[in-house]
Amino acid sequence: MSDLTQLDIAGARDALGKGDCSAEELTNAYLDAIHEADPLNAFITVLPGKAVEMAKESDARRKNGEAGPLEGMPLGIKDLFCTEGVKTTAASHILDGFTPAYESTVTRNLWDAGAVLLGKTNMDEFAMGSSNETSYYGPVRNPWRLEGDDNALVPGGSSGGSAAAVAANLCAGATGTDTGGSIRQPAALTGIVGMKPTYGRCSRWGTIAFASSLDQAGPMTRTVRDAAIMLGAMAGHDAKDSTSINTPVPDYEAALEGGVKGLTIGVPEEYRVDGMPKEIEDLWQRGVDLLVEQGAKVKTVSLKRTKYALPTYYIVAPAEASSNLARYDGVRYGLRVPGDDITSMYENTRAAGFGAEVKRRILIGTYVLSAGYYDAYYLKAQKIRTLIAQDFKDAFEDVDLILTPTAPEPAFGIGAKTDDPLSMYLNDVFTVPASLAGLPGISVPAGVSDKGLPLGLQLIGRAFDEETVLRGAYALERAAGFTGKPDAWWRS
Amino acid sequence: MLARIAIKDDEVPPLVGELNQILDWVAQLEEVDTDGVMPMTSVVDASAPLRADDVSDGGKRDDVLRNAPDAREGHFTVPKVVE
Repeated sequence: MSDLTQLDIAGARDALGKGDCSAEELTNAYLDAIHEADPLNAFITVLPGKAVEMAKESDARRKNGEAGPLEGMPLGIKDLFCTEGVKTTAASHILDGFTPAYESTVTRNLWDAGAVLLGKTNMDEFAMGSSNETSYYGPVRNPWRLEGDDNALVPGGSSGGSAAAVAANLCAGATGTDTGGSIRQPAALTGIVGMKPTYGRCSRWGTIAFASSLDQAGPMTRTVRDAAIMLGAMAGHDAKDSTSINTPVPDYEAALEGGVKGLTIGVPEEYRVDGMPKEIEDLWQRGVDLLVEQGAKVKTVSLKRTKYALPTYYIVAPAEASSNLARYDGVRYGLRVPGDDITSMYENTRAAGFGAEVKRRILIGTYVLSAGYYDAYYLKAQKIRTLIAQDFKDAFEDVDLILTPTAPEPAFGIGAKTDDPLSMYLNDVFTVPASLAGLPGISVPAGVSDKGLPLGLQLIGRAFDEETVLRGAYALERAAGFTGKPDAWWRS
Repeated sequence: MLARIAIKDDEVPPLVGELNQILDWVAQLEEVDTDGVMPMTSVVDASAPLRADDVSDGGKRDDVLRNAPDAREGHFTVPKVVE
């Protein structure tokens, strides 16, 4: 067979099942592709030896008739998931040399389903960022570039390495984590599918914590079908995470068919923000038209508190982050920078170990949680969060899914927003509300910008109704017919 | 500082500017009427499950210490805290 990396998960499953290729051959094809893609900087750690060993074990299982749902599938794993015996960095200097003695539940589930670990993908430091520029290991370059322009663009973030790796065919699929849009926004900026399931659907155990009430793992794939296959393997109840929901995982792939006929799609008027670029507005309208053509009904809905979602998020998430990141003290993990006494050792270690964006969020979080400010900031934000969730609940009385753009603009240049934290935060304006409400959302590539860059549309569903989200996304994907792939400029 | 991050004098002015910009921006939340609204405590409708009260894990001292920058004789070490 020609280039095995052209196969998506469903295609590779067929090829492996028919014996057209082995997991070892497939894995080697991806390892070669990764080797040639150094300029993208998509991986922090590549594991050729371990990957081939896991692929051989997979081939042996298949021979014994024990093939799992992801048997032999070579995956990239965001470097936020702890992997036993494999360096895990969260793209932070402060975790230098950290090698977990345990495996995260999500990755454990993937290996139990037969998947192969190719390597750990680059990301924004501690998943804080929307461009993958806050990584201690350097920015990831988007496989997509402007036509006739060699300047590097960001892949989005924080799961930017996973997004770039999937877009450039460096893995069959990848894991991401999404706190305020970290799966969906990079998926949109790289022309792939990214899904954040309902909060509680995937266990958070063994995933390095950023903001615990928001963090969710999800799949990043080339197609909606692949996302369904991968999510089925990742999800499930886990007694080790008390927020993991004890409810059966449906057969997501079986839920794809059926189309959108009979479904009502909500279009939230508040998402029509001032200054929305025409290409984004056009894409959104095109998405509406395509779903109507497929037989869906469309209804305008109101999510009144939308404009407060982003500032609410930038209180809640830093507050939780400041608490979660208190553990990096120079005593228990990784980096230690000496000081005159224990306090200065803490302070020096954290000054050297954390990057600028992480420090900003810890400082904001510490401030909004401090005595005297707690009620005005944190408590107020948690009340508004209740209202935002209520807005969604009310809207879902009338509609089955909500359609929005995923991101307010296509991929931008590396360095374009690094001096202005607020303009960077605005990239998550359409993804944060569903995160605050804990709802499932998916980004589907649906068109290209005026200058040829991929654009995504987001479908949001009811809590634990990933099936309808996937069904809608599958219909939208087929109707939109996005088949673009970047030129492989990184190989030259 | 509660955050326990050492900040050099020359880093302070830009940082103050950035943090004030962010805090000014989140101040728009004051205009939302939240009288009588309960703060969110759990994003999905679920009560916290109880587990059996027995020891199900532990005995992993060496695993726990393995990633410490300076572990000795079964302990984490820190600079001297008692004179």
